[in-house]
Amino acid sequence: MRVSMDIELKDVPGQMLLALQPLPEFKANLITVLHHHQKRTPRKTVPVQLVLEVKPETIGAIKAKLEESGIRVVRVGEQRFRESINVILIGHVVHSGIQDTIDEIDKTGFAEVVELSLSMPGINLLSSALIRIDAEGKEDLQKALDILKTVSAKKDLLMVLPIDIHA
Amino acid sequence: MKTVRCSILGFGAVGQGVAEVLLMKKEYMKSIGLEILVVAVVDSKGAAVNPDGVDLADCLSRKRTKGTVGVEKLTAVEVIKSVDHELVIETTPTNIVTGGAGLQNMLAAFETGKDVITSNKGPLTLKYKELMEAAKNSGSKFRFEATVGGSMPVINLANEVLAGNRIKSIKGILNGTCNYILTRMLEERASYKDILAEAKELGIAESDPAYDVDGIDTACKLVILANAIFGLNVTYRDVEVTGITKITPDALEMAYERGHVIKLIGEVSRERIHVAPRLVPINHPLDVRGTLNVASIDTELAGEITVTGKGAGPIETASAILSDLVAIYANQ
Repeated sequence: MRVSMDIELKDVPGQMLLALQPLPEFKANLITVLHHHQKRTPRKTVPVQLVLEVKPETIGAIKAKLEESGIRVVRVGEQRFRESINVILIGHVVHSGIQDTIDEIDKTGFAEVVELSLSMPGINLLSSALIRIDAEGKEDLQKALDILKTVSAKKDLLMVLPIDIHA
Repeated sequence: MKTVRCSILGFGAVGQGVAEVLLMKKEYMKSIGLEILVVAVVDSKGAAVNPDGVDLADCLSRKRTKGTVGVEKLTAVEVIKSVDHELVIETTPTNIVTGGAGLQNMLAAFETGKDVITSNKGPLTLKYKELMEAAKNSGSKFRFEATVGGSMPVINLANEVLAGNRIKSIKGILNGTCNYILTRMLEERASYKDILAEAKELGIAESDPAYDVDGIDTACKLVILANAIFGLNVTYRDVEVTGITKITPDALEMAYERGHVIKLIGEVSRERIHVAPRLVPINHPLDVRGTLNVASIDTELAGEITVTGKGAGPIETASAILSDLVAIYANQ
């Protein structure tokens, strides 16, 4: 499974290495590291976000090992959304009820609209919207797109999808 | 030296391009053992016929000054039936409703055992199977590289150069007018309407642009690819088509800010034939600009092969016709 882990490092050299050291031992695969070096927590530590592919039963041991090294583990969470896509909608996006369109996707529980940019150049002109949809997996993303496709057809919206998606 | 007697049916931009290229390439053709003797040139108003070969330079200048090449009142079908020759170069305008004169010309050519090379999509879009059977029955050669992507090799590339590879899908930009409009709308932050007007002024869009901008032209090309490369038997009605008329400059800009351009993409596989505007990552192989065409062929063994080139223009289209001509006769 994929988990995100928010940790805090002391602002002294060698801390990042210390944080990553336990990973090979538990066969955890490091997917991303976000090192917010310019930020400080109220505790004067540096926040770091890790995304790991791990066996669920090893999470506790990894956390313990990190804490043994003096690294604070603030949060461990299953990363829900692994897939993300940008879609453009063109038409009377607002008048035909954009909230409605978003709700249709959000209420699935497996996908969410996480970003919306909107441009409405004039009353009689077509509006354009770019929405980003996050979903739990590829199949969920496809299901969310199918919902969007049905809604778009009903509202006469043109849907522009990325080229690598089965349209 | 092998002499190939041929007719050019349709003497618009492409037909004239063929005449120019044949004049230009006379010595080259000789060097590969071919003499191309044009025995008839026909346009909608009449014909010029000479069994010993018409003067192509003369035909071109007559067309430009008088509006027709015709010195005799003969139709294309009459020429096919009455003038001895081996090859018909069919460049009449595309008609996707009836197949137009092109369909009659091709059928008459096969009936009289002639080979056909064409740039005319209409008949192939409507009656692919019928035409292939007619060609087979008469033992005629039938080639049509110029119908898809202008100068850009797609059909012959997939069927001949990549022979042995199973082709999984072909995706690409097959209409230069749409690509021009979308490219310029993004560059200028201008409306579809304004850039369409510019494209008309430059001769890139027709006065009635529907055929291009509604995605019909792209769909017709996909039909030809589906039939010729994927061995399907489909017509225009089997294609899901969305054009570019609703695309806004705002949509193009939003996409661009997130690293994408919007292109009218045609896609064909055994499962599906589809034309729609799509988001293409900037610097993706299909992100070509201006009037360029591009096709990405996904193959079983060779992976993806992408070609790009000029999708229209008389000389460019004639280049594809010439390649078909050489393919038929050079090694006979």
